[in-house]
Amino acid sequence: MKLKYFSAPYLVWMIIFILVPLIMIAYFAFTNDGGSFTIKYVSDVGQYANIFVRSIWLSLIATALCLIIAYPVAFILSRMEKHKQGTMLMIVMLPMWMNFLLRTYAWMTLLGNNGIINHILGLVGLGPYKLINTSAAVVLGMVYNYLPFMILPLYSVMEKIDKSLFEAASDLGCSSASTLFRVVIPLSVPGITSGITMVFVPAISTFIISRMLGGGSNLLIGDLIEMQFLGNAYNPHLGAAISLVLMVIILVIMTVMNQFDPDDQVLM
Amino acid sequence: MKKKIFSVLMVTLIGMGIFTGCGSSAEDIGEEEETSAQTLTVSDPDYYTRFKGKGLSINVYNWGEYISDGADEGTLDVNKEFEELTGIKVNYTNYATNEELYAKLKGGAASYDVIIPSDYMISKMIKEGMVQKIDLDNIPNYSYIMDNFRNLEYDPGNEYSVPYTWGTVAIIYDTTVVDIDEEDIDWDILWNEDYANQILMFDNPRDAFAIAELMLGYSLNTENEKELKAAAELLKEQKHIVQGYVMDEVFDKMGSGDALIAPYYTGDAVTILEDNEDLALVIPKSGTNRFIDAMCIPASAKQKEAAEMYINFMCEPDIAYANIDYICYGTPHTAAFDMLDEEVQNDPAIYPDDDFINDKTTVFVNLSDDANLIMQNLWTEMKSAEDENSNRYFVPIFLIICVLIIIFVLVRRHIKSKKDIF
Repeated sequence: MKLKYFSAPYLVWMIIFILVPLIMIAYFAFTNDGGSFTIKYVSDVGQYANIFVRSIWLSLIATALCLIIAYPVAFILSRMEKHKQGTMLMIVMLPMWMNFLLRTYAWMTLLGNNGIINHILGLVGLGPYKLINTSAAVVLGMVYNYLPFMILPLYSVMEKIDKSLFEAASDLGCSSASTLFRVVIPLSVPGITSGITMVFVPAISTFIISRMLGGGSNLLIGDLIEMQFLGNAYNPHLGAAISLVLMVIILVIMTVMNQFDPDDQVLM
Repeated sequence: MKKKIFSVLMVTLIGMGIFTGCGSSAEDIGEEEETSAQTLTVSDPDYYTRFKGKGLSINVYNWGEYISDGADEGTLDVNKEFEELTGIKVNYTNYATNEELYAKLKGGAASYDVIIPSDYMISKMIKEGMVQKIDLDNIPNYSYIMDNFRNLEYDPGNEYSVPYTWGTVAIIYDTTVVDIDEEDIDWDILWNEDYANQILMFDNPRDAFAIAELMLGYSLNTENEKELKAAAELLKEQKHIVQGYVMDEVFDKMGSGDALIAPYYTGDAVTILEDNEDLALVIPKSGTNRFIDAMCIPASAKQKEAAEMYINFMCEPDIAYANIDYICYGTPHTAAFDMLDEEVQNDPAIYPDDDFINDKTTVFVNLSDDANLIMQNLWTEMKSAEDENSNRYFVPIFLIICVLIIIFVLVRRHIKSKKDIF
């Protein structure tokens, strides 16, 4: 029982810096400049439906790509010898030691019309291709930046799968494909769900990636929200309304996600 | 905040070397060493020592890279000189856009004593009572300000602002690719299909709409919905040949030759030109936007007199010269202008002749909230419009995926509950 008191600092923190701001966002979204109740701003969000759909679409693609890339990586990592695992994990984490903006900025020079990739392609007589300022570049930026967030939870779950389970599976006549589908994947579901959450949520609300790699013409929700606070229109009410709608969408998607978890535990 | 980090990053990445003042290309550096370092003499030392020893401090909020900070050898560190002269401590911070400044002040969390917004933002702040009147009796150096920078539209009575710098919007282009005579280059080059995917455009509605309005011959301060819509239509037509909508990224993209044509502010454009000698700068003959950044005192300022002293200090000829030499924009200060190299004084890109300025340039004033909202909505619509018709498939595909997921979940639950029975 005494342990309860140790959580007090976090509770206070949560109330002041999470709960109160959330309430304020809701308050701003449903009031106008004079402070009276209105649903004008929330209904105005509807006109940006295509931006919402694009953001969800691009971040879903990015999340799926992350999962496809990270799953085998995490599996191989978890089956390595212990001392090698540490080194390999460090290599996975290595890009994250560098500043997020710098990493994205580097892609600008790689993908540019006169960038390194087009330059090399030019040497073999190909291109130049339009690589930057496309939605594909935005997805690439998301995958690149958030991939470690997918690998780590997958790895930590897979690491706990006992080696003898595989032996038992093959002993009982499981082919390697059915070992994957009937042993590895069911056991790694918690890692998959938390990995998806950790990639999808930041990806959907990012704004700097689309600005740097999307050339400003692939607006995402994050850009839209930023425009309401730092743009010419300065409309914090609309900005709050958009944020609120975004939160509800994420909540719905995450609830659906959690259906996949065998223990029905909430991973938010 | 991100933006600020971003611009800092830009500055570091683009290279420490390029912000070394307008004229300091390689051959000038030698000259600078010969001529003695910039020195400071002030008109009235007594005026500045009034607050000495009282431990005052003022908060100055300025654009990034917009003051001489002594980073180059022999130049003045303006804030340090001020502190030594007056004994008033200067807390100096930066912002990247007028809107950031506005949001910060509007939020009310921070208190500043001197801010340097642009024209239209000044008129907006005056209208909303966010800046206070400046007592020009406390700023004797105001006499240096050129006549054509007084009583401008954004501050008709000269009560709220003291001009700091000015500039125009010009077109930067790559001379190796663009084979149009400099004389003939006008805004329509930004709509020229020959340069598809090589064109950059402003990533803020006010500047982008201004270019479309110049093309259409409308006023840059139009609030007419039809005209704004026509301008948005023109920007939409341009979209498929625009490589990207950028602000500070223009330094990098033009400097490295990734893009060939871009409109930008002259002072920064001069800096970009130093980085890539293939580039040239032209102010379109048909006219352009002229902007003025001026020093103001927010209504919430705590040290008004010290703030006025700082503004007066910024108008000292030596200080005004040091600043303008560093940031490369135009100066509204007569004495500082006289101190500039003749080459800079006669540079038509920085100091176009008076006739052109008076007849062909327009200063922004603040638009009404309605017009701003219309512009913002048109801008978002323009930017989020898809090039092709792929947009049509987004919603149905998304819905189908949602339905599939729900079916999957329901089926799974059904199977599960069946299993549980046994």
